[in-house]
Amino acid sequence: MSDVILETRDLTKHYGGVHALQGANFTLRRGEHVAIMGDNGAGKSTFVRQITGVEQRTRGEIIFAGQPVHFENPMDARNAGIETVFQTLALADQLDVPDNLFLGRELIKFKLGPFSILDYKAMRERTLDALQKTGVKIPNIRGTIERMSGGQRQCVAIARTATFHSKLTIMDEPTAALGVQETAQVENIIRNLKEAGEPLILISHNMRQVMDLCDRIVVFRRGRICANLRKEETDGQDVVAYITGAKTQPEYADAM
Amino acid sequence: MSENSHGIGGLTFDAKKRAWPNEVNVLIALLAIIAIFEILGQLLPYMGNQSLLFDFDTGRDGTILNMARLKIIILQVSITGIIAIGATQVIISGGIDLSPGSVVGLTAMVAMSFAQTALVNGNPNPKAVFGDWAMDLPVIIPVMVALGCGIAAGMINGLLIAYTRIPPFIATLGMMVTARGAAKWWSKGQPISFPTEDFGAIGNGMSGWSPVVIFIGLAVLFHLILRFTVYGKHTYAIGSNEDAARMSGIKVDRHKVLVYTIAGMLAGLSALVVSSKGLTAQAGMGVMYELDAIAMTVIGGVSLSGGRGSILGTVLGALIFGVIISGFTYLKLDAYYQEMVKGVIIVAAVVLDQWRRQRAATNA
Repeated sequence: MSDVILETRDLTKHYGGVHALQGANFTLRRGEHVAIMGDNGAGKSTFVRQITGVEQRTRGEIIFAGQPVHFENPMDARNAGIETVFQTLALADQLDVPDNLFLGRELIKFKLGPFSILDYKAMRERTLDALQKTGVKIPNIRGTIERMSGGQRQCVAIARTATFHSKLTIMDEPTAALGVQETAQVENIIRNLKEAGEPLILISHNMRQVMDLCDRIVVFRRGRICANLRKEETDGQDVVAYITGAKTQPEYADAM
Repeated sequence: MSENSHGIGGLTFDAKKRAWPNEVNVLIALLAIIAIFEILGQLLPYMGNQSLLFDFDTGRDGTILNMARLKIIILQVSITGIIAIGATQVIISGGIDLSPGSVVGLTAMVAMSFAQTALVNGNPNPKAVFGDWAMDLPVIIPVMVALGCGIAAGMINGLLIAYTRIPPFIATLGMMVTARGAAKWWSKGQPISFPTEDFGAIGNGMSGWSPVVIFIGLAVLFHLILRFTVYGKHTYAIGSNEDAARMSGIKVDRHKVLVYTIAGMLAGLSALVVSSKGLTAQAGMGVMYELDAIAMTVIGGVSLSGGRGSILGTVLGALIFGVIISGFTYLKLDAYYQEMVKGVIIVAAVVLDQWRRQRAATNA
């Protein structure tokens, strides 16, 4: 098996006449953390929505873990091992941490169709494992989400990825709504994922964060990829130049 | 970060701030209401006979909580209580069901038609809807008919809500009006009486306790189902955050159909008990049952915005309901005051729920 975990070829999405994403060729290797940057409306979220099966692509190919894939819905993608932390966290406020981690894929003690008996104990144990693995500290996992801070909520959402041994994690602006300390905590968790060798696609507007956490930066502009930069070969000024359109890498120039 | 720090980034999470279960509040309210009636019952006779509200000449009969009165309290809430078990699940899932009262009317009529006895005091049954073939059928047939009728009504509700995306209020309002019409059409407005002995035993058996046994049995069953099964977890999840539930791969539409179908089935069961208990079925049966049931759930701490509450709370809410009605009789108060106070209590329960949640939110 090659070390490429995700590859897209000519990935394209049109909303009616709007070409939101045009011919995106993207690769992600095992253990690699890649940032996706770009202005609002540049196609970042559209790109992610095609990969995670939230929307159906107009054209192109997605190859995940060596296999061409065609996800009908987010659950398909999740079952295949792509875990997404959505901007709107997708947590049920009135449920506790294990309930949210296992929402939609509960562990069962006794199978009986919709009335299958839940295995609370196993779910609690695996939740604690996942929290430990990601370095998330939540003193009482049986507290409901509505009683938690924004940072704790984000951590719960991220801990889901660790629970299910996903092959690829995608985070859509995980720290946009957080304070300084909470952001630091989330970044620590991302570093833990890196150490564990889990590949990550991070959408972020935070240049410092991207430079800190990622190996590579892919810049989107007006629906196209306009740069693929190794962290060591670039700096903040340079990336901004690509985002704003002042620069385009020669290999992407013909498309612009 | 030190080893004993709590929360993330130095944020603390105080476990002691966790509110006790809401059911405890409802239980305290129940005990308080019983105490108020008890005290009033003891004091009022000694406060002179100027009151327009009370008739002291007839006197009182013992304390409010004697066995006979307790039986009356539970008996009178058990029939609407069965509906409230379904209403609880619907409301936790973020919906509302206005149809069970009418479904009770329709189901009672249909089921009673299949429970007819051939001879009444040696004469042919004068109220039979069908011919001889439907006489003296085994009791399982009207029971299955009642369950089927309730399930069908509930399933129509669920399918409408899940797949046409109309608000539950409208879908079940439609069912409420339609089912009531169908109940009247079934026997052209005539009541149907004279069921078989076996059918009568459903609501009168166990020396009159059978409605209570059925109510409590169903309450325990569905309390456990909500608490310990995937069905229960998904019901709470959908009421809590429907988008999150959908994104997590829960089949939200299918689940909603199931929730409303169960509510319909419970309405059918309630119809069985009420028609069997009265040995008759009329098209007007069950009017306002749905509102009483919703009131019980709300008093019991089930949040109308979904995701919160339990069957245990609803049962306690039903008992509060029963105690109030019974307490007014105990104090020899006019029935008019009962309804007025009932209305006030429903609104007060919702206000309390709002207030509690706002307080919880600011504390978090």
